[in-house]
Amino acid sequence: MIYTAIVFLPLLGALVAGLFGRLIGDRPSELVTTAFLLIAAVLSWVVFVDVALGHNTARVPLMRWVTSGELDTAWALKIDTLTAVMLVVVTTVSSLVHLYSIGYMHEDDSRPRFFAYLSLFTFAMLMLVTSDNLLQMFFGWEGVGLASYLLIGFWYKKPSANAAAIKAFVVNRVGDFGFALGIFGLFYVFKTINLDALFAAAPSAVGKTMNFVGYDIDILTLLCLLLFMGAMGKSAQFLLHTWLPDAMEGPTPVSALIHAATMVTAGVFMVARLSPLFELAPTALQFVTFIGAITAFFAATVGLVQNDIKRVIAYSTCSQLGYMFVACGVGAYGVAIFHLFTHAFFKALLFLGAGSVIHAMHHEQDMRNMGGLAPKIRFTWIMMLIGTLALTGVGIPHLVGFAGFHSKDGIIEAAFAAHTAHNYAFWLLVIAAFMTSFYSWRLIFLTFHGPTRADHHAFDHAHESPPVMLVPLAVLAVGAVLAGAVFTEFFIGHHYKEFWGPALFEAPDNHVMHAMHEVPEWVRWAPFVAMLSGLGLAYLFYIVSPTLPARTAAAFRPLYLFFLNKWYFDELYDFLFVRPASAIGRALWKGVDGAVIDGTIDGTANTVGWATTKVVKLQTGYVFHYAFAMLIGIALVITYFMMKGGI
Amino acid sequence: MNIANAPILTIVTFLPIAGAIFLAFLPRDATTNARYVALWTTIITFIVSILIWTNFDSSNAGFQFVEDRAWLGPIKYKMGVDGISMLFVILTTFLMPLCILASWNSIEHRVKEYMIAFLVLESLMIGVFCALDLVLFYLFFEGGLIPMFLIIGVWGGPRRVYASFKFFLYTFLGSVLMLIAMMSMYAFAGTTDIPTLMTTKFPADMQWWLWLAFFASFAVKMPMWPLHTWLPDAHVEAPTAGSVVLAAILLKMGGYGFLRFSLPMFPLASQELAPLIFSMSVIAIIATSLIALVQHDIKKLIAYSSVAHMGYVTMGIFTFTTQGVDGAIFQMLSHGIVSAALFLCVGVVYDRMHTREISAYGGIVERMPIYAAVFMVFTMANVGLPGTSGFVGEFLTLLGAFKANTLVAALATVGVILSAAYALWLYRRVVFGELTKPALQKLTDMTPREIAILAPLVVLTVLFGFYPAPVLDVTAASVKQLVSNYEAAVNTATALATAP
Repeated sequence: MIYTAIVFLPLLGALVAGLFGRLIGDRPSELVTTAFLLIAAVLSWVVFVDVALGHNTARVPLMRWVTSGELDTAWALKIDTLTAVMLVVVTTVSSLVHLYSIGYMHEDDSRPRFFAYLSLFTFAMLMLVTSDNLLQMFFGWEGVGLASYLLIGFWYKKPSANAAAIKAFVVNRVGDFGFALGIFGLFYVFKTINLDALFAAAPSAVGKTMNFVGYDIDILTLLCLLLFMGAMGKSAQFLLHTWLPDAMEGPTPVSALIHAATMVTAGVFMVARLSPLFELAPTALQFVTFIGAITAFFAATVGLVQNDIKRVIAYSTCSQLGYMFVACGVGAYGVAIFHLFTHAFFKALLFLGAGSVIHAMHHEQDMRNMGGLAPKIRFTWIMMLIGTLALTGVGIPHLVGFAGFHSKDGIIEAAFAAHTAHNYAFWLLVIAAFMTSFYSWRLIFLTFHGPTRADHHAFDHAHESPPVMLVPLAVLAVGAVLAGAVFTEFFIGHHYKEFWGPALFEAPDNHVMHAMHEVPEWVRWAPFVAMLSGLGLAYLFYIVSPTLPARTAAAFRPLYLFFLNKWYFDELYDFLFVRPASAIGRALWKGVDGAVIDGTIDGTANTVGWATTKVVKLQTGYVFHYAFAMLIGIALVITYFMMKGGI
Repeated sequence: MNIANAPILTIVTFLPIAGAIFLAFLPRDATTNARYVALWTTIITFIVSILIWTNFDSSNAGFQFVEDRAWLGPIKYKMGVDGISMLFVILTTFLMPLCILASWNSIEHRVKEYMIAFLVLESLMIGVFCALDLVLFYLFFEGGLIPMFLIIGVWGGPRRVYASFKFFLYTFLGSVLMLIAMMSMYAFAGTTDIPTLMTTKFPADMQWWLWLAFFASFAVKMPMWPLHTWLPDAHVEAPTAGSVVLAAILLKMGGYGFLRFSLPMFPLASQELAPLIFSMSVIAIIATSLIALVQHDIKKLIAYSSVAHMGYVTMGIFTFTTQGVDGAIFQMLSHGIVSAALFLCVGVVYDRMHTREISAYGGIVERMPIYAAVFMVFTMANVGLPGTSGFVGEFLTLLGAFKANTLVAALATVGVILSAAYALWLYRRVVFGELTKPALQKLTDMTPREIAILAPLVVLTVLFGFYPAPVLDVTAASVKQLVSNYEAAVNTATALATAP
């Protein structure tokens, strides 16, 4: 009952606000959706205590769904520790974002629609994390995609918002192409797509191959790679990341909820949820590690030079998701989910803080037009500082630190313990940690410190946000400070197995969760040093010597442009896919359909038509023709039967 | 209500014609009366058809409500439905009242004749799905095109002559071959009784030619690439309700034909020629989706998208798996609902603006929020979003295809990406953006009549997305039998071939 309430209260709210929003008005729509979400959040924490700490797992069947032959899927809620963690993350951040949006969106004239979308998103996300079969996961997967599309394009008059919305949906579909094929393949091999049955059957497929598009490939490697393609799309990993920065066209609360804390982490959740499959496919896991490490590094390089405050945080998200995938790839699922958990707090905090800045500056997002805002919006500044301390992982090894310190350093240690080739994953993550620190402090310095670059009018009118926006920031800040210290022992401590129960699977030879606690001392200090030097360099660049950035950019101009233009991925994809698609479409239409096929038909038609047009009236002529032909046909049949002696 | 002994299928089939005859006696200028007579006729037909559903025994795989009367010697008047055909009967009777309502104001001249044409068309379409005799089937199958020609040719757009001529040429060639095939089937089996023919074992080489002849007719109807070029033109010229019937029901006759004839009667040929179907289906899915991407005319775009969606149907049928066939049937039903709704959506704005050019629109959500929401639902169903009926069919056909051939499944899944691109791109250009064009300033949102037409379609689209069981349960027994008969036939042939 409590589980059903958590999942369906947001849907109810979405329906009330979506269908009757105009009827009941703006404020009631906001209150209903927000109240339902707050209730769901409280219930989620109750469930968290019950399930994660009390080990009461459950499965709640709801309704039949698609059944066909041996395929038998149902709507059901699967509740275990992994789900409970996700429930807490999703409902907590979502309820705070709802609350925040009451303030942030107060000038918008279609607020019921906005809140309906937010609640609809939450519902789909909850269906995703509670799914007990892959079809329901796919439902939630595409459902959050729909909500994301609707929310990115919320300001539908902006062409850029529309383009970003479509891009997000279509790029995600590219990932879903792999996800869907993975599901088909699992069904083909195991005759089921229900998780528990799959996990039970998976070991039987180890070492076997199947034919896929003409190649014999190891079954589990192939299927896990296909499924992971879906994760790459949803979690904006390298090659399928291009939609995430553009998604910042949506209202900022949306970025915080969907494009930082919850939806984009669905890919990480998926890999963790399917750990019983991935653990049996080491090659696939190596690929996961590789993509994660590359993404963490790549996105951080781009984040170094962006000027839009939201885009910096977006690339940071992309990069942090890479960290999580590295953790998955090396088999440290608990650490991955731990980082997902802490990241949700501090990244939502950063986004909502950025929203508060944007709000204060009347929708200015370019950091080049900010600076010196700290005294004007002191509370927001403190919140952003806390978020930054958490993201950059400030803390003292062996002692205590902000949320990101515990989880991110955990990943870096796990990456080292896993001994990837030349420790490449470890080093890429450490370098990324340095860059993370640099771009995060760059953001703080450019926005809040130094002399202002804002025009007088905007600067004088900059104002602190209303309490309804600041309270969520404060709550998230508490999480950003404490989530690491409080929960480390549970998520990744020595008794992690007790906490996770059967939710996460580890192959018998996977000891990374233990080995990560026994890495050399210098490994623990490496991220600390990276973090400090990033801070120091940012301080040098943007406080001590503000002309240095421009001079450095000039000195390394090609590299600077390469980063600024996001490694030219958009241009490359436009050239490789977008243009050819419409060119081929046009050629097929005008060329094949028009000239070849219709040309042949029309040619025949003209020969036949010449005589008929003279005799019969045009419009109905062909009809009579046809009727005549048919009658002749019937006559022929009957004649034939008669000849056979039937009639 | 117990209808065990009533000739219920004959009643459902000929009720609309009875209404048409009644209409014929109305005075020429009684336009309002003609509309109401047609509406009530279709509603009553729908209610009667519901009785078929409620009395239908889903555990029985065979034909039910069978009526068998002597007619022309060996040709019998034999009617009956199984789980597969009953669905299409209901789909037809369900959509017709909506079609009449959709034509309420947009058809202004020759209203009486228009309504007569529609009612006759309905009878013939229902007949196709009920007929259990080859000749009877042929009569309904080909006869249905006459009222359709008239609807396009008389009440259609400016290029209606070209469109109907193209339609004629395609279907004529296909049907001639089918007719010849039917004659030789009679020559071989000595009967035109469809259930008997389904158990007749035609020699393998004969199956080939029969299969190809039927294929010619069904492939045009589906339509399958490259025989599809009549469809965009026919859609563009047809009035809204004509497009609805064309997309929702007439296209389904091809798929139904494959299921009723090709698979059960020519299993060996089906097996051998499945690669042909697969390649045509995959080309349809990818090529027509790409073509849809570059269309300027809303109706053409939806027409091309229909061809792509029918590609999943043909692919699913020829996987010979339960999932593939279930999916194909579901996809046909879902497409019947969704494409009907999309064409009705086009009709809503066409009636106001009298243009189908995409570039003439933009930002209409400002003036038509309800319309925007409804159109979004169907756009998403067209994209195959889970939670809409469009997903279930697509998913099942692809699941079946993966079993049959992974390459086919992989290529067909590309359609999932492309459909998102063209459908959202259409929606964005029509509904979103800034409302700048002066002509659009006066737009009004949907009227109660228009809402009443589209509301049931919204409900069904979502209902079947979340709970497809009503459909899947009705077809389950018939599909199971179809697939197992096919497998038995193929296995026997293989055993014979390998026997020493």
